[in-house]
Amino acid sequence: MRQTDVVVIGGGPAGMAAAIESARNGAKTIIIERNEVLGGILMQCIHNGFGLAYFKEELTGPEYAYKFRELVKKEKNITVMTSTFVTKIKGKTVTIVNSSGIDEIEAGAIVLAMGARERTAANILLQGTRPAGVLTAGQAQKMTNIDGKLPGKNIVILGSGDIGLIMARRLTLEGARVKAVLEINKTTSGLKRNIVQCLEDFKIPLLMQTTIVEVVGENRVEGVYISAVDDNYNFVGEKKFVKCDTVILSVGLIPETDLVDFADINTRTNGPVVDDFMETSAKGVFACGNFLHVHDLVDNVTLESMDAGANAADFALAGCKKGKKFCVIAGNNISYANPSFVHSGDGIAKIRFRLKSNVSKKWIRVVSKDEVLAKKFVMAGLPGEMQTLEVSREKIKGDILLEVEG
Amino acid sequence: MKLTCIMCPVGCQLEVTKQGNDYVVSGNSCVRGERYGKQEVVSPTRMVTTVAKTQTGFVSVKTSAPVPKQRVQDVVDEIGKITLANPKHGDVAIKNILGLNVDVIVTSGK
Ligand SMILES: Cc1cc2nc3c(=O)[nH]c(=O)nc-3n(C[C@H](O)[C@H](O)[C@H](O)COP(=O)(O)OP(=O)(O)OC[C@H]3O[C@@H](n4cnc5c(N)ncnc54)[C@H](O)[C@@H]3O)c2cc1C
Ligand code: SF4
Repeated sequence: MRQTDVVVIGGGPAGMAAAIESARNGAKTIIIERNEVLGGILMQCIHNGFGLAYFKEELTGPEYAYKFRELVKKEKNITVMTSTFVTKIKGKTVTIVNSSGIDEIEAGAIVLAMGARERTAANILLQGTRPAGVLTAGQAQKMTNIDGKLPGKNIVILGSGDIGLIMARRLTLEGARVKAVLEINKTTSGLKRNIVQCLEDFKIPLLMQTTIVEVVGENRVEGVYISAVDDNYNFVGEKKFVKCDTVILSVGLIPETDLVDFADINTRTNGPVVDDFMETSAKGVFACGNFLHVHDLVDNVTLESMDAGANAADFALAGCKKGKKFCVIAGNNISYANPSFVHSGDGIAKIRFRLKSNVSKKWIRVVSKDEVLAKKFVMAGLPGEMQTLEVSREKIKGDILLEVEG
Repeated sequence: MKLTCIMCPVGCQLEVTKQGNDYVVSGNSCVRGERYGKQEVVSPTRMVTTVAKTQTGFVSVKTSAPVPKQRVQDVVDEIGKITLANPKHGDVAIKNILGLNVDVIVTSGK
């Protein structure tokens, strides 16, 4: 049994940022990571486009991870344990397994930063046979970028998430033919810049309101039947056969919450319910990054996780001082808001949220008891982008409603 | 000409119009968008990220600056020809690739 002030579970960008802030606030901090190196999913995201907001320069995923690993090294209060699995969390005791065997760490506070996993064929009830050649965009990314192998030659990508778009370009440049990207919705889930530089640059067709009816193939994928769908996702018109040997799924991520049966889960985000200190329903257990809710930009992961780390250190060393607790309600055109609860008192509560549909030239505001506590003007807001509004806690005197005006 | 700026995740919708010998960009929210708009109509460029072979596996690399868009595939293919010995993060893998005045840099992150 070891003891420490703060244990951070997961050594991706979220875990590294949380640990750095925890250490800077004076807490003895341990990071536990199951891979051999810190960096998380960034290590396989070799394209550029990370860090513009945080480092003011455009970095690739591994470069962003490298910069943070260097910052972690500088903190004397941080102990890094790689190639180490967390298998159980009970109260504030964490069970770990590595080549030295099984051990326990007793902590003053815990930060959960285990990231998210991709939705699979089973998660989306993909119909048809189960031949080889159906994989997630992240698996395809790992194969191509880490192992240097092509997953296939003729590829259909289901879903317009960013990882799928990035892989469409990557596989094309490596000599594969991406026959189409299919998106069941009316809007793409990936960023516009990725539609332009990953699909349009290579003339890869993007078929909107279209999905796979069925996968065909005995041992290996031989093709897919695709069909257009209406606004209620019913198939419309003739189904069409597209010959291919590989189907790549880019249909979203879900927080990896298997270890956390003790905390309340937010049914909208699939991550834990947290308050404005990023504390879950379990006292002294904090959450951040993709484990809390799926992020599209690593820079936001970093900022959010720094708060979680600082609060965890506070809790372990002195106990967080909180005022009265109130609810956060997602109103007009808000898909979800994190945190679910805020407190009155000192400092600032940051509300992170996503929109339900496109918003152009509108105010988004936080209201409580008919008083506007905070607002911001949005020129062009998309459902895929995470937004933030800051509310000064001294203004909070009741439940707060977040809404798009008008 | 209507374009989507790809210089950051905001993705501003740009309108680039010719005025005399120069171009005027509107719709951008920052100066990077203006630069992109002009460059894109005159001679579009793109950063290249890919992997290079090493003696034990593969390592990620990038170009030190954007290259002309129509040379992207050539650059990827050229990088595919080399095998690096013991590459370190930040090393120059290829100097002045294909005479484009751009280097290829190791981005292994390790
Ligand atoms: C396949 C994939 C590709 C992505 N590509 C992009 C992209 O191109 N651009 C972009 O901006 N964002 C991308 N993202 C989003 C990206 O995940 C986030 O920007 C960011 O990396 C999330 O950071 P994180 O630290 O929360 O999670 P992660 O980076 O996933 O890190 C979580 C870490 O926790 C560790 N862990 C989990 N469980 C345990 C356990 N029980 N014990 C010990 N360690 C554990 C994992 O090994 C991992 O290292 C991608 C996500 C995925 C899944
Ligand atoms: S103009 Fe500026 S803010 Fe808009 S997408 Fe381009 S770089 Fe981003």
